[in-house]
Amino acid sequence: MATMIETAKELLQLGTVAVVVGYEKGSGTRRRALFLRAADQVDRLVLDERCAQNLAVYLSKAEVKELGRPAIVATVATLRSILQLASEKQFVEGQAVFIAIGQSGDARVLSKLSEIEEFVRSGSSVGGEKSDLEVGPTEIQALPRAQRWEFWQDELSKCIRCYACRASCPLCYCKECLVECNRPQWIPVGAHREGNLYWHVSRAMHLAGRCIGCGSCSEACPVGIPLYLLNAQVAESVSTQFGHVAGLKADATYPLSAFRPEDRESFIK
Amino acid sequence: MSEQFEPKITAFVCNWCTYAGADLTGTSRMKYAPNVRLVRTPCTGRIDFMLVLEAFRQGADGVIVSGCHPGDCHYTSGNYHARRRWMVFRSLLEFMGFDASRIRFTWVSAAEGAKWAEVVNSAVAEIRAAGPFTEYRRMAGALPPPGEI
Repeated sequence: MATMIETAKELLQLGTVAVVVGYEKGSGTRRRALFLRAADQVDRLVLDERCAQNLAVYLSKAEVKELGRPAIVATVATLRSILQLASEKQFVEGQAVFIAIGQSGDARVLSKLSEIEEFVRSGSSVGGEKSDLEVGPTEIQALPRAQRWEFWQDELSKCIRCYACRASCPLCYCKECLVECNRPQWIPVGAHREGNLYWHVSRAMHLAGRCIGCGSCSEACPVGIPLYLLNAQVAESVSTQFGHVAGLKADATYPLSAFRPEDRESFIK
Repeated sequence: MSEQFEPKITAFVCNWCTYAGADLTGTSRMKYAPNVRLVRTPCTGRIDFMLVLEAFRQGADGVIVSGCHPGDCHYTSGNYHARRRWMVFRSLLEFMGFDASRIRFTWVSAAEGAKWAEVVNSAVAEIRAAGPFTEYRRMAGALPPPGEI
């Protein structure tokens, strides 16, 4: 952990980056994002298993871009988002550097996409992964249909449509979201069951083959809807049917804009 | 006298195969259930999943999505792309407990007028047996919860 602080300090002192995006103590036991511009304040940085937010999200935010070139404290999940963004031409190599956290808590500075790919392959990281899932998609799949419907009706009826899920997601970078389009109004904006179903189905579909499963959306949800389940289900369906896993390569193709004539399904008659 | 339930079915069809196939059904003077409303799209690749949801929002009891057989797409690959989209969409709806049996996907070519009649008739029969899509309407607030009827 000391090495992350040392690395951040060095990057700021040398002027390699203008800002370090990391975590600091928030209210209660929570951790929040820290935008650090002064090298003498690096002691505010913390890193533990409660640092669940995916900091890659800030790359696309205008107010963070204004600060200058960032160094981002990154777990494997964060780096996978970066590779996914690069494959969608939303991240240019060198736009930011990453303080990648290894298994033993040691920090490495990564700036090349090839280095990030290598780091992700080796799979060493600490914190930020949604590995401690309370329920997985398989538990839901095992329920009879009526109960699955009930489960999601109960969960989605809590949604207040604050769009924190969207704001916390590095891959929700559209300047104008479908939900803000009102001619035609595809998604009812009211926080009622029908509108909530439409919103969450659309979000899961638009993240199909793109979501890397960091769990930031569930973490950000103020009413605790297990949104990661929807994304995990879609990711599973994409990987079993098309053999594609998001965020592993910087030059991957989007599986829903590709096809194989031999794709197999059983429901089209 | 008890009246038979007549389901409303929306069909999204592609211009080049299924729409022409449905035309052939008519010009061949084959009779089929009048419960279906056809929406012609340029290609199945154009049929966004939101269109399917929108049909249910507008009160459909069932939806048919139909286009060219694999390999026959007028635009070479629109139906292949559509197929991938439906493979993901359908599994997501099933995961959410949505009654996916109310959406059916078929390939009907311009020469398969008889198949189109069969597709519509069987969809109407099955959805009629399943009854109105009350589960959806309850969710949408158009019907009170089960206990309050």
